[in-house]
Amino acid sequence: MADQALDGAASRPLLSLRNINMTFGGVKALKNVSFEVLPGEVHCLAGENGSGKSTLIKVITGVYKPEAGAMIDYDGQSYSQMSPVTAQAGGIQVIWQDLALFPEMTVAENIAFQTVIGRWPRLVNYAEMRRVATSALQRLGVTLDVDLALHHFPIAQRQIVAIARALVGEAKLVFMDEPTASLTQSETDYLLDIVRNLSASGVAVVFVSHRLAEVLEISSRVTVLRDGGLVGVYPTKGLTQSRITELMTGKTFDHSVLRRDLAKSPVVLEVEGLSRPGEFEDVSLTVRRGETLGITGLLGAGRTELALTLFGMRKPKSGSIVLNGNLVRFGSNRDAVAAGVAYLSEDRLSLGLIQPQAIADNMVIASLDKILAGGFISSDRKRSLVNGWIRDLGIRIGRQDDAISTLSGGNQQRVAIAKWLATDPRLLILDAPTVGVDVGARAGIFDIVSKLADSGLAIILISDEVPEVYYNADRVLHMAQGRIVGQYAPGAATLQAIEEAVYA
Amino acid sequence: MRRFVRSHATELALLAVIAVICVFLSFASQRFFTLGNAFDLLNTSSVNIIFAVGLLVVLIAGGIDISFAVAASVVQYLTATVLGWIGGGNWTVGLIIAGALGVALGCINALLIHRFRIISIVATISTFNIFFGLLMFFTGGVSIYNLPDWLTTRVVLFEREMADGTWAEITLPVLIMAICVFATWALITRTTTGRQLYAFGDNPEGARRFGINIGAMQFIAFGWLGLMAGIAGLVQAHYAQEVVPNALYGRELDVLAAVVLGGARLGGGKGSVFGCILGVLLVSITQNGLNLMGVSPFAFKMIVGAIILAAITLSNTSIERLLPFLKSRRAPS
Repeated sequence: MADQALDGAASRPLLSLRNINMTFGGVKALKNVSFEVLPGEVHCLAGENGSGKSTLIKVITGVYKPEAGAMIDYDGQSYSQMSPVTAQAGGIQVIWQDLALFPEMTVAENIAFQTVIGRWPRLVNYAEMRRVATSALQRLGVTLDVDLALHHFPIAQRQIVAIARALVGEAKLVFMDEPTASLTQSETDYLLDIVRNLSASGVAVVFVSHRLAEVLEISSRVTVLRDGGLVGVYPTKGLTQSRITELMTGKTFDHSVLRRDLAKSPVVLEVEGLSRPGEFEDVSLTVRRGETLGITGLLGAGRTELALTLFGMRKPKSGSIVLNGNLVRFGSNRDAVAAGVAYLSEDRLSLGLIQPQAIADNMVIASLDKILAGGFISSDRKRSLVNGWIRDLGIRIGRQDDAISTLSGGNQQRVAIAKWLATDPRLLILDAPTVGVDVGARAGIFDIVSKLADSGLAIILISDEVPEVYYNADRVLHMAQGRIVGQYAPGAATLQAIEEAVYA
Repeated sequence: MRRFVRSHATELALLAVIAVICVFLSFASQRFFTLGNAFDLLNTSSVNIIFAVGLLVVLIAGGIDISFAVAASVVQYLTATVLGWIGGGNWTVGLIIAGALGVALGCINALLIHRFRIISIVATISTFNIFFGLLMFFTGGVSIYNLPDWLTTRVVLFEREMADGTWAEITLPVLIMAICVFATWALITRTTTGRQLYAFGDNPEGARRFGINIGAMQFIAFGWLGLMAGIAGLVQAHYAQEVVPNALYGRELDVLAAVVLGGARLGGGKGSVFGCILGVLLVSITQNGLNLMGVSPFAFKMIVGAIILAAITLSNTSIERLLPFLKSRRAPS
């Protein structure tokens, strides 16, 4: 690539790869990819799932061997392939998405675990560990109680511990794979500050994230991959979220707000003065047939608690819920399902789907009564119900009996939606439906949401990403500290105005 | 202080439960709160504590073992036989033979788990049956009473005559137990190997990525339990002054319950030697107290079971709810 002179960067690249090719079982995972990182820069690697990001990281860290012809220059040395040992010895560190930390061990041990590894058993030097850990945290400008077990800390600080651990290995180049996926906005800001400190101290960071706003905020350059090939390297200055999305997917997305006339549509849900002290207070809202109501706000604003209450899993202290003109008091979520309420959990991985089970079994789990024949589950009925939804929602699967974990995030989310649609709901609550889902697949999910609304479903769409609700809901409510503090009509209010109100 | 409470919640809860039971028993029975009874408790608990610290290491490494008690029976029998061949021996020889046989049996478990990828509960249920079946088949269920003199002679390390004329004694099993406890404590908290065992049990995939030798961890954990089981087997033969093939059958569940009660987690990464000892002591203090109070032995299991349930509920779930001030200091996010 001819980006050497980019941003006036005169320094020689720390890492430079050319002619990287990888093939897995006949599929080209990387096609003649080049990649370059300057010392101390924050470089973003963007691309959809399956675009080759992880494969590229694994080539650089020596987990995979690239095909012949590859040229890797790192820190003044040339290689035709890396090995895990040379990568680690050279100061290349990866902070994996699942962190690979030890929750029951202390912060000090987690950070300084390297000192415990060795060929022969030795006595543990706890004082040394503490010293190493404290100085690594100091470099990041953080103080933590290093003698406390890690599981006492929230996830954001565990990320910090993972970064500190990378520093102990004398890192020159740190890869961060989706480090903010499970963080709140303020935790994310905190983490991005840490990344800036890291970069300022001379460590190059390669940042992989689905959240394009962060990419724009933190990085100086962006490398975009698509289908295993290099799309290009771009200076972040001058890029926009929609431009990155276009580069990643190769498609242009039509960003326009919804304009549906719903004034005459009957009200499905009417909530008056609903409160659960400590979680949310005095919430009133209505949703009409065919309407999508967006609820946004920071994590911890009480959105999920409100949704769980509407779904009968928590009991309100005061206030009323009127569904289709009837005052309802749910004893449990079974009552809610029977009354036509469906709730798509924010945590698809652990709560929404049963990962090791088959796709078909996951899809029918909430509507087993529909596939009974003589009191037993009829596999014919199950098959036809499942095939119907796979067709309607355009879910791409291998076989119905494959485990759900074999599907991509976007397809898993479609299965989760199908599971609830099979219960014939009249009100569908979608809680953060795009977490961990690719940009391209997100558009597909919102297509489905839009069609469902048009078919007469009332939908509540919860998301902490304001643009999502802005472009996909008829009205947007802003929740903060358990209260509804603003109501907007996309089109009448600008996206920027709502974002400023939410992130202020 | 607060940090100490947070990271030692299980041990403190157990201590509290033990204290309550002790206060109750010292009022209920004249004999309970005496030096002689305390030493008795130590003498009789020694075998279980040796088993328990061995099992603790396996639990910390994320495994479980059902077979160690019958493995100890096999070791007893083989050791007694070998000692017969070599014409006597002494404590050192006996402990070396028993320990080596125990390690060998433990390594069979590790081999099945690591090499053949059998999950530890299934592997050790199988070896439990195999060990016990082989033992009963070859011995025909016949006990050995003809043990070397050194093995059947009581060794009193400390004694004192009490006011009522009885003797309070500490015997050899307590010393062996103390050495095993110290060795296990040193292994899991002071050596790099021990910390790797914790890490492996806590997050196996993370440990693998760090380059920890997974196979070595399995062999060390099950080998250590084998060593402890072998030693415990010999000590039990000394204590009982005979070798009965099914004497230890069923002991595995008592020990497992006590270790889990002591804060070790089924699933790995958590547990301490101190908690483990408290777990064993809680069970034996309860049994001892009930005995002194003249409660029917048939009721023992029921009451011990109820106390295990109560203690585990207290220590696992609600310490932070019982003591809400512990929660007040949340790290800033």
